[in-house]
Amino acid sequence: MKVGVVVFPGSNCDRDMYHVLTDVFNFDAQYYWHEKSLPKNIDAVILPGGFSYGDRLRAGVIAAHSPIIKDVQKMAEKGIPILGVCNGFQILVESGLLPGVLLKNESLNFMCKWTNLIVENNKTPFTNQFKLHAKIPIPIANGEGRYFVDDDTLKQLKKKNQIVFRYTQVVNGSSNRIAGVCNEEGNVVGMMPHPERAVESEINPVDNKPSSLIFESLLVKMGVTN
Amino acid sequence: MSLEPQELAELKLNIGRDPTSTELQIVAAEWSEHCSYKSSKKHLKMLPMKGPLVIHEKGYDSGVLDVGNGYVVTAHIESHNHPSAVEPYGGAATGVGGVIRDILSAGTRPIAILNGLRFGNIETDKHARWLFKNAVTGIADYGNCLGVPTIGGEVEFDDCYHNYALVDVAAVGFGKKKNLIKNHATNGDLVVLLGGSTGRDGMGGSQFASDSLESEDRSAVQIPDPFIEKLIIEAILEARKQKLINAMKDLGGGGLSCAVSEIANTLEVGIEMDVDMVHTRESNMHPDEIMISESQERMLIITSKTKLKELQKICKKFRISCSVIGHVKSDNQMHVKKGKKTFANLPTDVIVNATLLDLPSKKPVYLKTIEKEKKLRPIFDYSKIMMNFLAAPNIASKIWVYGQYDHEVGIRTVIKPGHDASVLRLDNGKFLSVKIDGNPKQCYINPREGAIGCFEEACRNVVCTGAKPIGMLDHLQFGNPKDPEIFWTFLESLKGLTDFANHFKIPCIGGKVSLYNETPAGPIKPTPLIGVLGLIDKKPLIPQRISDGDCLVIVGDTKDEMGGSEYFEYIHKFIGGKCPSVNFVESKKNMKVVLKVIQSQLLKSVHDCSKGGLAVAISELCMTNQIGCRILLENVPGEKLDVDRILFSESHSRYLLTLDKKNLKKLETMLKKSKVSFKLIGKFRGKKIQFTKGTKSIIDLRVDIAQKTWLNSLKDLVLHG
Repeated sequence: MKVGVVVFPGSNCDRDMYHVLTDVFNFDAQYYWHEKSLPKNIDAVILPGGFSYGDRLRAGVIAAHSPIIKDVQKMAEKGIPILGVCNGFQILVESGLLPGVLLKNESLNFMCKWTNLIVENNKTPFTNQFKLHAKIPIPIANGEGRYFVDDDTLKQLKKKNQIVFRYTQVVNGSSNRIAGVCNEEGNVVGMMPHPERAVESEINPVDNKPSSLIFESLLVKMGVTN
Repeated sequence: MSLEPQELAELKLNIGRDPTSTELQIVAAEWSEHCSYKSSKKHLKMLPMKGPLVIHEKGYDSGVLDVGNGYVVTAHIESHNHPSAVEPYGGAATGVGGVIRDILSAGTRPIAILNGLRFGNIETDKHARWLFKNAVTGIADYGNCLGVPTIGGEVEFDDCYHNYALVDVAAVGFGKKKNLIKNHATNGDLVVLLGGSTGRDGMGGSQFASDSLESEDRSAVQIPDPFIEKLIIEAILEARKQKLINAMKDLGGGGLSCAVSEIANTLEVGIEMDVDMVHTRESNMHPDEIMISESQERMLIITSKTKLKELQKICKKFRISCSVIGHVKSDNQMHVKKGKKTFANLPTDVIVNATLLDLPSKKPVYLKTIEKEKKLRPIFDYSKIMMNFLAAPNIASKIWVYGQYDHEVGIRTVIKPGHDASVLRLDNGKFLSVKIDGNPKQCYINPREGAIGCFEEACRNVVCTGAKPIGMLDHLQFGNPKDPEIFWTFLESLKGLTDFANHFKIPCIGGKVSLYNETPAGPIKPTPLIGVLGLIDKKPLIPQRISDGDCLVIVGDTKDEMGGSEYFEYIHKFIGGKCPSVNFVESKKNMKVVLKVIQSQLLKSVHDCSKGGLAVAISELCMTNQIGCRILLENVPGEKLDVDRILFSESHSRYLLTLDKKNLKKLETMLKKSKVSFKLIGKFRGKKIQFTKGTKSIIDLRVDIAQKTWLNSLKDLVLHG
């Protein structure tokens, strides 16, 4: 079961994600530099957080033009599970794989804090082990993390069950308190909070079990466990 | 800015001729206070630098500690005071960048940043607010982008920093001992400059930093680019993995002048370089400019001819520039050419060995009367005073600051900012606890006791997490050393630190001296900043939630030591009185027993008692746990004191232990046995913070109201004035 971790210049959560995938959940993870192509036999792709290209112009916008994104798009069309976390989410949005945009936080500051999420869609490859409306304590760390869509798109997102995670409280002013969304098919998921920072009890001051289900969901989807 | 007349004469004498203009620039940079430590070097030797865990290697810009199982921790501290006072965003950001490269130059990966920030009075001074806000953003934008967590620090405001800023940054690195760069070079090796281009920014920055701040020389401030720094980190760690680096040095103060001359001198070789080979940001740069530019994000690498191709391949992957600017020779000369023309050719030992000064010192006159207390206005309502106090910039929660720093990236942060010391997990199953502390208010009143106090406080903080202190970083920040009174305060602080380090066997693994911290209004208060690293072999004490019925025990005596306290200075606007002093015997005993009871797992948490005294420390416990507490002031151990002294004295060596009632007997037995001064002083319950003495209520506050004030006041002040 191969999971690709895409590394862009400026990615900085790639090593954390790799550690969690391999050491905590026993995935066969591989790094893929943004100029390389993804192998055909890959089972899932993760775009980790960081500051690709130093967030120049706008977070994620340059990385969205990296050569590897073409492969990610192909994988997305094939229905392969793809997760973008933080900057990875921004890149997925900028490359058109997910709807909406990510704006500067309402506070205009970078925010690093623990938040609570509610699972709004438990049908995706990354949420299938959650009960609907389950709560996840999880940290955020971003400057441009305010998810925004216009009212019509929001209606569509709701209708098509594309809202995956919402914050329990207003955190950064995002539309409808959205923290994560998926594409219409549900295989491409993007989220601002960092699940890789929450799955080990040693560094999670609240409860590491809920966020672990994000990775366990992928294991189930890939048929490793039931 | 150039050499002093007698320095010029010495240089001429040494080389037997007139120096060229480039030589003058090179030597002026290297002989600046910032690079040469000429005023302080003679005295710094008194600090103990050796210890069982300290690894000494040639040419490291950071200290190295062996943490076992084949792993090392590196650490360093730097400041960027002058630049930050002029351009706080860029100054603070490049301060982070510089210290990170010091960690990198040993071949270790940076895993944490801490910072100590000091500004003028932000309540009354808009400029101080602007400096503060932008320095924080500068650090956040730089550290966050690098993906190195900013795990802790401190922020303080004092009138002595009016129109000025102290921005201190410490960094910690981690790696395998076998991967440490063993700096070496042989004849014919190549000298490579890697990273950002050299431009006209940071011109003469080290000389700028070696004088009082009178002009706003913005061209002396460097421009930050964290993205390039991040690429350099990854490229260098990859090159290290492939063993492509023979020797390495970061370009900091003095730019190429210092990096080239120092690395050559350390490795006892010569270097011949061509400024035409340096990749520059703008055309037509004069050799002098290229040599002294302090453009950021540059590293100097010495590699073998056979390894160059691989190194270039890595640089290409990360799209960072790398230029072969010269080669190693066996003649111990630094030879700077432009094409075929020589611009400088000097023996490296002449460049790097500025004549050290032995400056005169004299006890400042003000110290004669400073300990005398004035009659304070009587306080009738301590609850009201306490609410004002919790909103005071120096007491209020710093969450507005650390909430802007990514303190989780790297997934090592076990104890996060907002507690006493932050704790990182290491790959060998151990934990590293880190804290930095300063206290200019106390150092002003008594430079020796104040400095020792900072050291002890940093130790106390790591002890609170269950860690044994293993190394110290010192950053000594003072005014103009040529003023004998200022130099006396420098020497007193240094002697105090040395005595404490020797007594507690904590080696100094690195440090920095920053002098000439002055504005036209005068010098800053003596501001030594101490960083302490502690190691936890098994399990850190992660503060557990305090619940109803839990007990509060204090270890250590509360003394009549109000000088330099927040209470005197903020509430009574009085600078003076006797400042707290550390009793080494008592300090050691308390430290030892606290570590022992932490190991026996009897406690829920340990909290250090420092700024704001007992009243603030206990309130912090209540506010972070959202629980009330009833404290009997008559039970607080120590001499018999008035209520305000018990509440607000900042005596050292005190720890607040919280625990489940069922463990109280066991704890008391252990504490009794070790003969430390201790007492059960309170019980947690309800929703109010209540200090009483006898039957009299002294402070009575609702936890939720207190918490709101404490959490929000700094943010409100910065954003809305």
